[in-house]
Amino acid sequence: MRVDSLEGIPYCRAFPMHITLLPQHKQIELEGRHRVADILRRLDLLPGTVMVIRGDELACDDDVVEADESIEIRNVISGG
Amino acid sequence: MKCKRCGGKAEVKLRQHNSAFCRACFVYFFQRQVQRAVEHEHMFTTEEEVLVAVSGGKDSLALWDALIALGYRTAGVHLALGIGAYSRTSTEKTEAFARSRDLRLITVHLDDEGVAIPTIAAFTRRPACAACGTSKRHHFDRIAFEHGFAVLATGHNLDDEAARLLGNVLRWQVAHLAKQHPVLASTHERFARKVKPLFRISEYETAVYAFFRRIDYIVDECPNSAGASQLIYKDVLNRLEAAMPGTKLSFVQEFLRSGQPAFAGETNRAPQSCERCGMPAFGAVCSYCSLVREVETKQARRMAARPASASS
Repeated sequence: MRVDSLEGIPYCRAFPMHITLLPQHKQIELEGRHRVADILRRLDLLPGTVMVIRGDELACDDDVVEADESIEIRNVISGG
Repeated sequence: MKCKRCGGKAEVKLRQHNSAFCRACFVYFFQRQVQRAVEHEHMFTTEEEVLVAVSGGKDSLALWDALIALGYRTAGVHLALGIGAYSRTSTEKTEAFARSRDLRLITVHLDDEGVAIPTIAAFTRRPACAACGTSKRHHFDRIAFEHGFAVLATGHNLDDEAARLLGNVLRWQVAHLAKQHPVLASTHERFARKVKPLFRISEYETAVYAFFRRIDYIVDECPNSAGASQLIYKDVLNRLEAAMPGTKLSFVQEFLRSGQPAFAGETNRAPQSCERCGMPAFGAVCSYCSLVREVETKQARRMAARPASASS
């Protein structure tokens, strides 16, 4: 176990977090466990422009996503 | 984080309202917002049948779902735009939504009953999004008139309205500012009253509502929207919103309260009837017929040029 220097949350390097970005259908892996707000910051995504979906539920900014979890980050902004 | 209404675990946080809600309370909150908009802006009553313009995206399907839940009488109209796989999926999702709820849906296939958007883009210099907007306005009004609907509801949300307002202000488009309102009264016998019940509800909220209500909407973006100016305006507004929650809502609300009345006197003259299709027009022919005529002329020219180029 190590401690993430940015957030002070322990994480395990062996199990990366799997993130699917939609509609790009892009897969990203992130080491450690992180708060949703920090994941969005790292990916340069603004709050209110995406939904963070964990299984059948939405995750809020201060929810923590575990290192071995899979989440979907779905863009909600459309235009044309 | 706790739900503001019931105290349970919150699943969604709304910074602009300084609130958080669980799933059930958010659905209630969303539907109440739609009902408040409909009632406060005198959009329509439960006696009127409303034609809902549905694209297969989250906003229009969320709107249709909420109106049904609130007990309004509705039917849907969908335009199959002919934009390849994107349009096919949009039509499939819309038809599946209507079928699953036993709703009346009128689908217009532009390939058969008009001109598909890629054809307009190929034969004219107009941007695909502009051609798409012109086609939608024409066919939605036409269907509303032909089927006897007095009200047409669209899924334009707070982000759409804020982006449109920013674009209109940046160019000081006075005539457009005069007409930017959640309710547009009919000014011609073939114009339905246009209403936007989601005008105070953010794009994020409609996406969350669609997710909570398990609405299967098209997540992919229209391939023509890449680089669209509306997306640039939305990005700017979302950066402001992140730093100052509530900016988009106050921008639109204060415009409607203080700004829009100042421009309302700048309204355009009443439309006449298009000599080609009979729909409202601000010239001899309406903008849609003008577009179709341009495509037809250029298609004919191309056909005429073919034998000559083949023989050379």
